[in-house]
Amino acid sequence: MKVLVFVEIDDKKIRSTSLEAIAYANAMGADVTAIALGSAGRASLEALGKYGAKKVLHASDSKLDQPIAQAYATVITKALTDENAEVLVLANSSLGTPVAAKVAIRTGAGLVSNVVDLPDTSSGFSVKRSIYTGKAFSVVEVTGAKKIIAIKKNAAELKEVGGTAQVVDYPVNLPDTDFNAKITSTEKATGEILLPEADIVVSGGRGMKGPEHWGILEELAKELHAATGCSKPVSDMNWRPHHEHVGQTGVKVAPQLYIAVGISGAIQHLAGVNSSKCIVVINKDPEAPFFKAADYGIVGDAFDVVPKLTAAIKAAK
Amino acid sequence: MKILVCISCVPDTTSRINFIDNNTKFDTSGVQFIVGPYDDYALARAVEIKEANAGTTLTVLNVGLADTEPIIRKALAIGADDAIRVNAEPTDSFFVASQIAEHAKGFDLILMGRESIDFNSGVVHAMVGEMLGIASFSPIMKLDINGTTAKMAREIEGGKELLEASLPLVLGCQEPIADWKIPNMRGIMSARTKPLKVVEPKAVNAEVKLKKFELPAPKGAVKMIPADNVGELVRLLKNEAKVL
Ligand SMILES: Cc1cc2nc3c(=O)[nH]c(=O)nc-3n(C[C@H](O)[C@H](O)[C@H](O)COP(=O)(O)OP(=O)(O)OC[C@H]3O[C@@H](n4cnc5c(N)ncnc54)[C@H](O)[C@@H]3O)c2cc1C
Ligand SMILES: Nc1ncnc2c1ncn2[C@@H]1O[C@H](COP(=O)(O)O)[C@@H](O)[C@H]1O
Repeated sequence: MKVLVFVEIDDKKIRSTSLEAIAYANAMGADVTAIALGSAGRASLEALGKYGAKKVLHASDSKLDQPIAQAYATVITKALTDENAEVLVLANSSLGTPVAAKVAIRTGAGLVSNVVDLPDTSSGFSVKRSIYTGKAFSVVEVTGAKKIIAIKKNAAELKEVGGTAQVVDYPVNLPDTDFNAKITSTEKATGEILLPEADIVVSGGRGMKGPEHWGILEELAKELHAATGCSKPVSDMNWRPHHEHVGQTGVKVAPQLYIAVGISGAIQHLAGVNSSKCIVVINKDPEAPFFKAADYGIVGDAFDVVPKLTAAIKAAK
Repeated sequence: MKILVCISCVPDTTSRINFIDNNTKFDTSGVQFIVGPYDDYALARAVEIKEANAGTTLTVLNVGLADTEPIIRKALAIGADDAIRVNAEPTDSFFVASQIAEHAKGFDLILMGRESIDFNSGVVHAMVGEMLGIASFSPIMKLDINGTTAKMAREIEGGKELLEASLPLVLGCQEPIADWKIPNMRGIMSARTKPLKVVEPKAVNAEVKLKKFELPAPKGAVKMIPADNVGELVRLLKNEAKVL
């Protein structure tokens, strides 16, 4: 089976979720070609071979440094045909998901987003996806000849398998009409670990009492190479930026470890964290509902426990 | 200006999810339904734009069976002028997008939520845009319209991007684009007589078919660790959970 994987480049770096998409395609036992758009170093593209890409198409047109989904969809639609690929795999993201939807309409492919596991091809082609905001799954069959699979974080294990991919220049002709919006500016936290991609998340709630107290969470996060998150009231009150808000109406995270500090564990918050592998809850109230959803719990004052935890992690290194 | 807001009718965010008929059907017993929370943001912003721009009309559209009508009436009570219900069960994103596209022609602004909280696909807006041949963006957290130009902020991983594009547009919305609106008594009274047109769905060839639903495996019991022994937590995270 031939599979094309859309690889996202962010600031000339390959997104870790895109590496997972390659690993996913490789684990399907497929013949994997990746396609990368925009400026990127050759070495980083060749290194996609490590996760199983045999070939990397590189559409390096600098116009594609603007991540406009419409233009990306044009390139990927063409590559699907050129490569005669049966399946397109990509990571769910603010760019990947709209690209998947557009390519699906243009090619008539069956699209499944939010996929959490490898396909079952024992009879037909079935995949499992997360629904009801992490509270359930559905197993769906994709019947069409072409298929698009948009995966959630952790849908495949990131395993190193191969060597160097062959990088092929992929020139494209982009109509001006594809650039259907002008990106006037991009505001992004630099040098930080992105919340949706983080393996460890340290999250704070209203129990942190105010934005001036986030320092102890940031120190813990730094020690763990973690991203920081928060509950909705915290971002509503502007204690933290909106893109850190985790939950039903915010970012859905799927880290290895989620540490919740001073968060009560309302069902809407849990909806954003229930795909975490391991949950640690620190709360001064032993009755906080979050403990029921946790793997490990500490009843205690955040201002006492968090600095001790940071020190203990440092000591254990 | 003509605005269309597409609303999904979904289980309240506090609902317990269960399935019946051999895990092939959602169990609606005891479940309260609401306007999708993101769709509610879209609706709230649409009402604000309508109030600020005389002559603007606001239509809401839902793909759903007759039991969604109380939810549609709620959207009318919040400030929509009229409504369309496509009389079909929303079984899959492509199906829903195809139905919406049938009725979305001629609107300047088509607002949706960033995602439905039952399907969580996050793709209907982009599909509708593609079907109609107009631009679509999501998730939009700020929207200002000036003439035929829209200035927007779109959330991206770790931040946001500021965008400018021309109408017509399809947008998936999220907070803090507007504050949720609660219908007042006058709105509720007038909603009863606002037009709600019911139309039959068009035939769609589905490429994706549901086989079954599943619930996650139940969570094991929490292990409590005394606050004066955080070293034990670090040890367990390393050796037992193997996440450090
Ligand atoms: C439609 C809808 C969607 C929503 N979406 C989201 C969402 O996406 N994300 C989200 O988070 N919420 C969401 N909510 C809100 C949610 O219902 C809760 O109100 C919210 O999660 C509570 O935030 P919190 O836990 O920070 O605050 P609180 O509920 O006030 O909890 C604070 C906690 O801190 C503890 N605490 C206090 N002081 C200390 C201390 N010194 N040390 C340790 N612990 C301490 C307290 O015991 C308490 O448990 C949504 C609500 C609705 C209706
Ligand atoms: N049954 C429906 N009727 C009308 N609009 C819908 C329906 N389902 C989804 N939508 C709209 O499409 C958006 C994205 O949905 P989804 O792609 O399912 O996550 C939602 O936020 C709604 O605005």
